[in-house]
Amino acid sequence: MTDLNTLGLAEARDALRAGSTTSKELTEACLKAIEDAGVLNAFAHHTPEIAMEQAAAADARIAVGDAPEMCGLPIGIKDLFCTKGVPSQAGSRILEGFLPEYESTVSGNLLGSGAVMLGKLNMDEFAMGSSNETSVYGNAINPWKVDERQLTPGGSSGGSAAAVAADLCLAATGTDTGGSIRQPAAFTGTVGIKPTYGRCSRWGVVAFASSLDQAGPMTKSVRDAAIMLETMCGYDPKDSTSADLAVPNFEALMTGDIRGKKIGLPKEYRMDGMPAEIDKLWADGADMLRDAGAEIVDISLPHTKYALPAYYVIAPAEASSNLARYDGVRYGHRATLDAGDGITEMYEKTRAEGFGPEVQRRVMIGTYVLSAGFYDAYYNRARRVRTLIKKDFEDVFATGVNAILTPATPSSAFGLGEMTDVDPVQMYLNDVFTVTVNMAGLPGISVPVGLDSKGLPMGLQLIGRPWEEGDLLSSAYALEKAAGFVAKPTKWW
Amino acid sequence: MSIDTSTAARVAKLARIKVEDDALPALAAEFNNILGFIEQLNEVDVDGVEPMTSVTPQRLKRRGDVVSDGSQQQAILKNSPDAREGFFAVPKVME
Repeated sequence: MTDLNTLGLAEARDALRAGSTTSKELTEACLKAIEDAGVLNAFAHHTPEIAMEQAAAADARIAVGDAPEMCGLPIGIKDLFCTKGVPSQAGSRILEGFLPEYESTVSGNLLGSGAVMLGKLNMDEFAMGSSNETSVYGNAINPWKVDERQLTPGGSSGGSAAAVAADLCLAATGTDTGGSIRQPAAFTGTVGIKPTYGRCSRWGVVAFASSLDQAGPMTKSVRDAAIMLETMCGYDPKDSTSADLAVPNFEALMTGDIRGKKIGLPKEYRMDGMPAEIDKLWADGADMLRDAGAEIVDISLPHTKYALPAYYVIAPAEASSNLARYDGVRYGHRATLDAGDGITEMYEKTRAEGFGPEVQRRVMIGTYVLSAGFYDAYYNRARRVRTLIKKDFEDVFATGVNAILTPATPSSAFGLGEMTDVDPVQMYLNDVFTVTVNMAGLPGISVPVGLDSKGLPMGLQLIGRPWEEGDLLSSAYALEKAAGFVAKPTKWW
Repeated sequence: MSIDTSTAARVAKLARIKVEDDALPALAAEFNNILGFIEQLNEVDVDGVEPMTSVTPQRLKRRGDVVSDGSQQQAILKNSPDAREGFFAVPKVME
């Protein structure tokens, strides 16, 4: 029999319902896989006792026929989600020792439906990074390996991506502010969807940039993404930007029939210096969708180039405000003070010790662009540009385009440490294809489509209309079927 | 826009992050690099464009002006590095 940890959500769900396995067996298989994969550093906090209790409870529910979709399925939770009584540090030193007294809405939705939590997953500190190298836990490592180098699983949801790709769990939660679900999914040959802004409650998810942050699933297939997303979504009065809309049955909407659908290829996504392999992958993806019956059309999103610089005003501005709460008073780390130190010294020392360099950099950039005299020149200008970026998409959708196909990332996974000495802006360019989607609040999904000449996975991104995740998943399913991507990393760990 | 070390020091102070004097030149250089990237936004014609306030068109929900939660003093203080007698304790604030 297949190792149970290698199953996806749909297969495991069906096996549980058929009675051919139990949640206890699935959970044990994952816990064993996690134990053997310590070198990947994907899990930062392990919760095997909680997992086994939840598995027993899930088996009891299944036995009496009370089995929601996610019941009994073992998953990993990104460290950004507050989980009651379980460390939730957002990958930061400043939240060392923090044990939430509450459960985030999204993790609560999953656990309430019977999902089993295996532990908390590594991530870039406060989700600020594209390589999982800013984490207080150290780097998460990509299970994909083609030479002596260790590769990044991407970021910020690097631990989630590594864990799913290495079959340490059936699926994982991620969060995406500028590409933090879709870029790691592309780097690890997995599927990641960021839903429309407002679909998933942000309550209890450590805030980075509130107008951009969205949670979403990271999975082994498009069907699994549909199943898990449905459980994560839903209106939550505790998040004022949560959408009060019915959540459809995404899996049922996922027919894969895209005949007659219009798929746009934005010319602005053809960047100078883009590797030929990415360009070819993109063209191949368009052919696959055309062969499946879609109409491929050239489109223009003229303000694409300005999305990343606008993001690097808006996200740091919101972060500087959100992270003001880490003051050494209510939770987490407080610096040891010298005699005579007052409250200002306490703040300054606590934050200097608790925040890593990238977080400090972004908080200070955000402070600068919001400061007197610069607010209009930077922050308000960036928000105006954001209006134009969103309008670009609205104009395209108004012409009848159903979805937009783009590369997910400008390259395949790079080596850990390779970006250390380049300036931060080079690292930021990783998000060039994904960040527009957050700026416009749209749903976007990364689907693995092929391997490059080195043997590393590459993904394509599909961008959908707001609230039409079902339609987006259906297009993604068609792409997944046509691409037939089945490669897995060879186990070296 | 060029940021000098004194501006970098002022920003660090506003952000309440202690930065040693000898680290300020490198910090100022990083700021200039990132702000140089952001300067591209000046190419965009934003005349008459409203700054975005909400990415999805929605009116924030209203609720009754009533107490809906509370009496959780212990839970709120539980994670404090220094909680005493039902309060958060901090160093001297007033001179």
